[in-house]
Amino acid sequence: MRKSITLYGLTFSLPMFVWQAAFFLAPLLFLIALSFWSVRNFRMEPDFNLENWIRMLGRAVFWQTYLRTLLLSASAAVITSALAFPCAYGIAFKLSDTARRWAIFLMVIPFFTSYLVRIYSWQIFLSDNGIINALLAKVGLGPFAMLNSVFGMMIGYLTLSFPLVVLLQLFSLVFVDKTLIEAAHNLRCGRLRTVFEVVVPASKVGLVIAALFCFILTFGDFVSPLYLGGGDPPTLSILITDTTKSGQQWPRAAVIALTMIATLLAIAFAAVSFAYRERGR
Amino acid sequence: MNDFNRNRLVDWALKLYVALSFGFIFAPIAASFVFSFNADRFPSLPLGGFSTVWYEAVWNDPLVWEGLRNTLIVGIVVSVLATVIGFGAAYTDFRYRFFGKTVYVALALLPPTIPVVILGLAMLAFLSSTHLSGAIYSVMIAHVVMCAPFAMAICRLRLSQMDPSLEAAAWNLGATEWMAMRHVIIPFCKPAIFSALFITMAVSFDEFAVAWFVSGLNETLPVKVLGFLQGQVSPRINVIGTFVFIASMTLVILAQILLMKRSAAPAGGAKETGAVTP
Repeated sequence: MRKSITLYGLTFSLPMFVWQAAFFLAPLLFLIALSFWSVRNFRMEPDFNLENWIRMLGRAVFWQTYLRTLLLSASAAVITSALAFPCAYGIAFKLSDTARRWAIFLMVIPFFTSYLVRIYSWQIFLSDNGIINALLAKVGLGPFAMLNSVFGMMIGYLTLSFPLVVLLQLFSLVFVDKTLIEAAHNLRCGRLRTVFEVVVPASKVGLVIAALFCFILTFGDFVSPLYLGGGDPPTLSILITDTTKSGQQWPRAAVIALTMIATLLAIAFAAVSFAYRERGR
Repeated sequence: MNDFNRNRLVDWALKLYVALSFGFIFAPIAASFVFSFNADRFPSLPLGGFSTVWYEAVWNDPLVWEGLRNTLIVGIVVSVLATVIGFGAAYTDFRYRFFGKTVYVALALLPPTIPVVILGLAMLAFLSSTHLSGAIYSVMIAHVVMCAPFAMAICRLRLSQMDPSLEAAAWNLGATEWMAMRHVIIPFCKPAIFSALFITMAVSFDEFAVAWFVSGLNETLPVKVLGFLQGQVSPRINVIGTFVFIASMTLVILAQILLMKRSAAPAGGAKETGAVTP
């Protein structure tokens, strides 16, 4: 169906291209230009100035924050994947078709509830006088300081990414050839060993992509680190919001943002090539 | 045999784990609902008395009404624009093969993978340099960018259930391309189009980060909630959360019903996808 360019074709293809080029691609490219601008007397001026880059990347605090954020998101990706896998596995292999459909539907619901409200709700659970401590007090335990800690932050990260990770894992588990599992069982492969040597390799792509999405989501999230993690020491995304909202230091915020994008691209590339490696062997 | 017993136990444990996972996911949602009716200012156990005092506080708060109005205006405009744009892109991907198509599709689907803080900063800087920031249409511009990929994905899934020769048959019977679009493609995609309208509206209703960056004084409701969150403890968040939850769920369930009902009837094809798409 080769066609020359027609008015009809352009009517449908152009709006998306124009809109995303003008309001998605252009802002991201503008961010690159902005990172070279200079700020004089609290005003931004177009410039080609490396100072923002040198200043930001020359700070020890920046690199501490960078490594901390990287470590937090990597841990979140590992923890979420580990916690989500039994859930996805259970839904994929242990539920009836109807129950599975319901489970998927329920998993989708969180995407349409306000993340902010859920984080506020977790504050109610985790605070010093909150629900969990009130329940623990009845058993004679606690109180534990769970709010404004890494634990609280991880709960927030889980709230953000757990349903998505389960869904992505689930979609790859559903496509695992069931005869492979039966074959493994017939060959006297143990239950757990079957999971790790048959099911996990067969669904590797989906599992890695799920972990990658968890990483991307948590890397850019400023709500959980701020309202459940306490925000001190900050993460990169908190640094961006602070720098942007507290005046005219947008060029420096742009430097942070671009460093984040570069990191995400590198991680995404590494994850995808890892996911598809060994497939040919 | 021993193996049989172990199997049952493992099954049971996994099912329990699935139930616990749902408990974790829905605990905050349920708590926000319960505490929206709690009289105490500082929410904890045991519960205070039943009260609608926070509902009254929200009802009488002009700022909330202003936010709600902004949210609704933005949501409606965004859903229409994003669906039109997304449908066009989906149809292009469905029908045409051209040089650079991979780039085209990547551009269409990429926005949700960029962290919202970065998108927010980029939009704010770009829009204010072109004097488009700080207005309600700034939020619309940004939300269309973020919502169009969802609309495209939904429409594309529906189109993939369609036999491409249907359109060609219409042409052979003398229909122009426009007529084929009007009488074949659009009717076939109607459930997906409506579902895209509702889903994109729901996404826009809940988006706070980019809206926070670009909205200036024209804050939408989620941005107000972010403001409440920055202030002291406020059970109003629970009330607004409950309200937004019900509104979003209504939209999502409507979308789901549309997809399920129609995708079963015409053209058969992959019925499963209709039930699964969010």
